[in-house]
Amino acid sequence: MKNLKEIRCGEVVRVVKIEGTGAVRRRIMDMGITKGCDIFVRKVAPLGDPIQVTVRNYELSLRKADAEMIIVE
Amino acid sequence: MSIKIGLAGNPNSGKTTLFNGLTGATQYVGNWPGVTVEKKSGKYRKNKEVEIVDLPGVYSLSPYTLEEVVTRRFILEDRPDAIINIIDATNIERNLYLTTQVLELGVPTVVALNMMDLIRKNGDTLDCKKLSKLLGCPVIEISALKGQGIDEVTQKAIELAKQRKSQEFTLPVMEEIKVSLSEIEKMIESSKVNINTPKRWLAIKLFERDEEVVKSLKLNHSVREKINQCIEQCEKVLDDDSESIITGERYAYIGNVVGQSVHKAKKGSDTTSDKIDKIVTNRILALPIFMVIMWLVYYISVSSLGTIVTDWTNDVLFGEMIQGNIQSFMETANVAPWLTALVVDGLIGGVGAVLGFVPQIMLLFLLLAILEDCGYMARVAFIMDRIFRRFGLSGKSFIPMLISSGCGVPGIMASRTLENDKDRKMTIMLTTFIPCGAKLPIIALFAGALFGGASWVAPTIYFMGIAMVIICGIILKHTSTFAGEVAPFVMELPSYHVPSAKGVLIHMWDRGKAFIIKAGTIIFVACGIIWFLQSFNWSLEMVDADQSILASIGGVIAPIFTPLGFGDWGAAIATVTGLIAKENVVATYGVIYGITDATEESADLLAMIAANFSTVSAYSFMAFNMLCAPCFAAIGAIRREMGSAK
Repeated sequence: MKNLKEIRCGEVVRVVKIEGTGAVRRRIMDMGITKGCDIFVRKVAPLGDPIQVTVRNYELSLRKADAEMIIVE
Repeated sequence: MSIKIGLAGNPNSGKTTLFNGLTGATQYVGNWPGVTVEKKSGKYRKNKEVEIVDLPGVYSLSPYTLEEVVTRRFILEDRPDAIINIIDATNIERNLYLTTQVLELGVPTVVALNMMDLIRKNGDTLDCKKLSKLLGCPVIEISALKGQGIDEVTQKAIELAKQRKSQEFTLPVMEEIKVSLSEIEKMIESSKVNINTPKRWLAIKLFERDEEVVKSLKLNHSVREKINQCIEQCEKVLDDDSESIITGERYAYIGNVVGQSVHKAKKGSDTTSDKIDKIVTNRILALPIFMVIMWLVYYISVSSLGTIVTDWTNDVLFGEMIQGNIQSFMETANVAPWLTALVVDGLIGGVGAVLGFVPQIMLLFLLLAILEDCGYMARVAFIMDRIFRRFGLSGKSFIPMLISSGCGVPGIMASRTLENDKDRKMTIMLTTFIPCGAKLPIIALFAGALFGGASWVAPTIYFMGIAMVIICGIILKHTSTFAGEVAPFVMELPSYHVPSAKGVLIHMWDRGKAFIIKAGTIIFVACGIIWFLQSFNWSLEMVDADQSILASIGGVIAPIFTPLGFGDWGAAIATVTGLIAKENVVATYGVIYGITDATEESADLLAMIAANFSTVSAYSFMAFNMLCAPCFAAIGAIRREMGSAK
């Protein structure tokens, strides 16, 4: 099991679980990152953070610190 | 009978475009009660009995952000007669997520399906009828940009509003959840809470442990305990927490709906938007491209074109045409000299100072509106986030800070683009330390007079401003109001698209108008007062500046500045007039030393300054003027944007 932060660009992964609590976690789920959905890691920002992913057919950016909460396989 | 229609939808779904199309020029902008979230409403163009309220752009109705709470409260408490929910068809899954939550609230809803032209262009198909049947509400295709279908949607909403039937929608869920939900529903019923909200919605919210709803229902302890047991049991069976169970169920339902109504052409290659993004946020090219764009914005609006129009309005339009003509008119009409002076120097001079900035600000807002509407602004945040996060800000704070180096007022106003309230307030506080363009003459004057124009003076003053931004950022990050969880930076990167001229112009005008009205009134009054103090003595006779009320006040307050090393009345007064506009500082010195048309380059003025200041006191004076309270116009803008003057 890995978290989303560790995934390299260009890979597609499936969400297993979202850790954490409160507003950030809810926000991540509200944006469509839920258990069982596929995420394509598209790129990393020029300064190394945040990352850009494709989820449910749209582009989303999130910080590595938040990506760490998303457990994928 | 008047009808109230709420307009709900995700950010970037075309909601604002639709709102502008429906209401035209009748918009009223205010704030939602108690919060600084903007509330826009307007009358429907074709039927003045119909009021349309533009709700904040949200992705969900969770209790965590201000915008979402505002939207939810409006629907639940103000009970609009109908809701138009606008959806971006190219991004249908995430957009329907909000729809499932809106439908649950029981208000008659029409779904407006926007950007269908793009769906067709991609060769995909979307069955509107099927979608409508599955959701249990009318679905109408529109193009907000071209204004197609927008009247049909509104007609449908009015029709539904008149029928006064409540919306039926039940999110299908797994058996285990269904059992828990109906148990909670029973408990709500038995505790006889008198709320005209659908019980199913309340049950879901209680199941999610939504604090807002738990508080508002005021259930007694034993019922709450029972509900909790019920939730925990369900969580145990499904091995997940309740919030994520419900979110998962919603997306599962949406997946099913989309599967039945949308047919995708085979998964094709990158879209145009993806191709643009490949270059614009490329690891190597992103920063250079970003700098070029920012330089262009700055160059066009602040240094080149902007200065030309501003100088023209200040010197020609106000200076010669209006001021000059009114002066000669009043003189020929034999008006008392003091009244002429009040009108010409005090009021027109003052208003001119404000209005002179208008063209520059409009130009700036125009460029920003273009960047925002085409989707680049989100990329700016994406690129700059790393740097700004260190001060507890997000990448979006960059734009206001950059603009502030030209003028603080539009900089503060540009903070509007930050949707997070905490970020916005912090950005506003910090932008005021950025040395603005109007402070440049002060630096030039003193650097020229005492430091022989040494090249290190200006940069050190600038760095001092930037250092202040960083220090204050770190301090603010740790103060009570701003401490705690960093605002989540989970941000959509919308597809690029060509912005519509109308949309951009409305955007620009909205902000520009606010500037003129709010900043204008404050500067106007302040100029009148300072002019008065500067032109009269205590027995209300017109005198020269050095015998005026202002001078005597300056003498009294000067000792305050003595510790800073510039305790003569002139410096004190210059600081005070600098509060109105930093441009005044140099001019004030001109008046004080009796030099006409003083600029930072006049030799007389340079000599006088050199005689009156030591190098240390001069540097101190510059630093103080750089870092003390901003000018009145900026204070006015801060007050407007923060809802307080602190």
